[in-house]
Amino acid sequence: MQRIGVFVCWCGSNISATVDVEKVSAVLALEPNVVISQNYQYMCSENGQALIRNSIKEHNLTGVVVCSCSPRMHEATFRRACESAGLNPYMLEVANIREQVSWIHKDIEEATEKAIILGRTAIAKLRLNTPLTAGESPVIKRALVIGGGIAGIQSALDIAEAGYEVDIVEKSPTIGGNMAKLDKTFPTLDCAACILTPKMVDCAQNEKIDILTFSEIESVKGFVGNFKVGIRKKARFVNEKLCTGCGVCTQKCPSKRGLNDFNMNLNTRPAIYIPFAQAIPNVAIIDPEQCLKLKNGKCGLCAMQCPTKAIDYTQQDEIVEREYGAIVVATGYKPISLENFNEYGYSTYKDVVTSLEFERIMNAAGPTSGHLERPSDHKQPKVITFIQCVGSRDTSGCGKPYCSKICCMYTAKHAMLVREKYPDTQVNIFYIDVRTPGKNYDEFYRRAVEQYGVNYIKGMVGKVYKEGDNLVVQGSDLINNEQLLIKSDMVVLAAAIEPDPSVRKIATLLTTSIDTNNFLTEAHAKLKPVESPTAGIFLSGVCQGPKDIPETVSQASACAAKVIGLLAKDKLKCNASTAGADEMLCTGCSLCENVCPYGAITYIDKEFRLGGGRTEVRRVASVNPAVCQGCGACTVTCPSGAMDLKGFSTKQIMAEVDAICKN
Amino acid sequence: MQELNKEHKPLIVAFCCNWCSYAGADLAGSSRLSYPANVKIIRVPCSCRVNPTFILKAFQKGADGVILCGCHPGDCHYTSGNYYARRRMTLLFSMLDYLGIERERTRVEWVSAAEGAKFSKVMNEFAKTICELGENKRLEDLRCKD
Amino acid sequence: MNSKEQVKIIKERSGTDASKCMKCGKCSGRCPAYNEMDIKPHQFVSMIEKGEIEKLLNCKAIYNCLSCFACVERCPRNVAPAAIIEAVRQEVIRMQGGNYINSEEIPQIVDEQIPQQLLVSMYRKFNK
Repeated sequence: MQRIGVFVCWCGSNISATVDVEKVSAVLALEPNVVISQNYQYMCSENGQALIRNSIKEHNLTGVVVCSCSPRMHEATFRRACESAGLNPYMLEVANIREQVSWIHKDIEEATEKAIILGRTAIAKLRLNTPLTAGESPVIKRALVIGGGIAGIQSALDIAEAGYEVDIVEKSPTIGGNMAKLDKTFPTLDCAACILTPKMVDCAQNEKIDILTFSEIESVKGFVGNFKVGIRKKARFVNEKLCTGCGVCTQKCPSKRGLNDFNMNLNTRPAIYIPFAQAIPNVAIIDPEQCLKLKNGKCGLCAMQCPTKAIDYTQQDEIVEREYGAIVVATGYKPISLENFNEYGYSTYKDVVTSLEFERIMNAAGPTSGHLERPSDHKQPKVITFIQCVGSRDTSGCGKPYCSKICCMYTAKHAMLVREKYPDTQVNIFYIDVRTPGKNYDEFYRRAVEQYGVNYIKGMVGKVYKEGDNLVVQGSDLINNEQLLIKSDMVVLAAAIEPDPSVRKIATLLTTSIDTNNFLTEAHAKLKPVESPTAGIFLSGVCQGPKDIPETVSQASACAAKVIGLLAKDKLKCNASTAGADEMLCTGCSLCENVCPYGAITYIDKEFRLGGGRTEVRRVASVNPAVCQGCGACTVTCPSGAMDLKGFSTKQIMAEVDAICKN
Repeated sequence: MQELNKEHKPLIVAFCCNWCSYAGADLAGSSRLSYPANVKIIRVPCSCRVNPTFILKAFQKGADGVILCGCHPGDCHYTSGNYYARRRMTLLFSMLDYLGIERERTRVEWVSAAEGAKFSKVMNEFAKTICELGENKRLEDLRCKD
Repeated sequence: MNSKEQVKIIKERSGTDASKCMKCGKCSGRCPAYNEMDIKPHQFVSMIEKGEIEKLLNCKAIYNCLSCFACVERCPRNVAPAAIIEAVRQEVIRMQGGNYINSEEIPQIVDEQIPQQLLVSMYRKFNK
């Protein structure tokens, strides 16, 4: 038998001016189970809370109803008051008689009547309340960062700085990601390698950071605080511990025809190679597609030459199992494939390149050692035409509907770099809009126009074709209202960027959501930009949406702050209002498992005693309270009515409906 | 009979999700945007917590209109709950249609936490519609009558 | 019929949504008849969207358009400028009620580089 206390708040005159609080408390006192009903000027004040605490003790209350402002305002306050008086905090219900009654109704009689009904409804619900305890789960104090680009590196460094262990899992043979390929960075034009490689070295030297390159996520189990992750370390045919990165093997290798993917396939590399000079780890790797020994068993030169005997042709993939408290996804991006854009002739003409290829051409460590030359005949181009929005803002299905965000700035950067190094080169840029929101960004773009004399053309290119040795760019100039035919030696396409394709598999493994463009969705577009809707999974960098380097680094640090906040806790308090299945009713149909947005429901085979010493094994739903967020989607889906949500049970809501309708 | 109908004050049950619509109702309150007193709100964690049987129960117990408010599509606090709600209500409404319950007695609205004005407008409109429809007789359990 | 209705009819007839245009100018970037047209393909899209119908109905460009559909093919937003031009032309012809070109006039305006196919299609297009 519940003993309920009702407390009606005046909220100064906010409530008492339109609601007859005396009458409300007097009428509610007559409700069954109510043992005490009082009103007070400010229930949320210290005195008001003391009134609740004292009444709980004095009258042995098992439940409290406060008729006051919105529960979104002071439910937590009153819960704490109940808890400090020894009452379970979930034995409290709030009737909202301020926002829903006194503030919107003028007629005292009408308002008082509604306040009474809302009070009754709260009492009706409270009668069915049960004490709830928020579960606790331990936190494994180790974080996993998936992706070793600038986003992953920054997140890992920040987490390690706070004293927690971090593993970086990178699918390619070195960390560094796309940023390692860049030449200079806007808007300051400092070289990308000069600012990135020290961070890469920091990662390698940090005791707290373990870097697993050439590795991929194979399986993910568990939930926030307790993830179990299987990582596949792919065979690189070189013992990482023995290899010193001396590079003798790469010079001796006779098979030198593999395309150099670090240089965007603009030149070739040996079958055994180190991706680039500052690679971390500085360890060689064998490309089994090119290696003569692995292909037909006839070679083995590298093994003979290796001073540390690090080459191991028999190496196999290896699966490592590790446990983590939090997971950061930093899988980054890649430029889109341009196969749908034949009008620009990318696959037909060698001198039509993408911006990332152009970065490598301009880079001192790139295939041309930083000399600007076009790929076809290695001549220095005199006219370069840049085309922006190649595949961005495209709703026709050929490209991506979003703005890739970084292209305007890097194109301006390319134009400036070209004009600075080779002032006699003419640079044209076709643009739709120049989008430069960002600190010192518009100034940067204006500098390209005003100081560097870059020819910006508002319009779009319809076709690129070859005439003799040169390319002709046919496009519109919308401001001069004319069609241009620009003879160019080289054309650079600002291809749209898209999330790295590996993210789809990773999102599935992590049961986190992904949007129609394969970007990971954040928990809240404005207020939770680095958390995924799945607890314990955080988003860093372009995997969440297009970003430039400064933005990526800020997001990576924000992400690290969230991870540190999680790992700093010894135990996680879970949401108390969780779903749970009545095992006697559950038919094991799996419907709830399919609707759960958090993957909180699993099915277990459980033994039931049937009496007479017989047992039966049945498949029943089991909710992990650490993962369940209490939305209730499963409760409605359940065809047998086995699933219910604590704190918002079917009976409780039915009782509320009854109480409202009973008049 | 006509006289009686004028006297009739319809009862409206509004299921509001905790994160958007309930907060929207709070905002309507703090902005002093009035809506009829016969609209009573039941707080649920998410629009997807609303079982169609709750709505049938309300009608059975004498409610004249039931409205379900949730976060805007794509804004659900629980990622996808409002989509489930939308699908379930579409089915329920077509069933109510089949039963001969006026389609206007039930409604789904998306109200965000910032849309106090919309909340009040929706409730006013809905109450007006229900007033015009008059008493809900078809689903009401006569045994529940006073 | 007032110009508002005409705009509506032309929009309907073209079957394309001009409001989707983001004014990139790619249509005019590829148009092979660009220099001959007094109103350019991208202008057709923006003018129909703004309801500036008079200029369109009196322009020469509707007869210069080759209906090669390069603009339709290139548009990143699924707008079809050629369809709008075609719809305007249809409207003009319906208003005039006569033929725009007589077969006798053709030899004088033809230069030898015009492909035969184009002549046939032009004759078909510009006459009822």
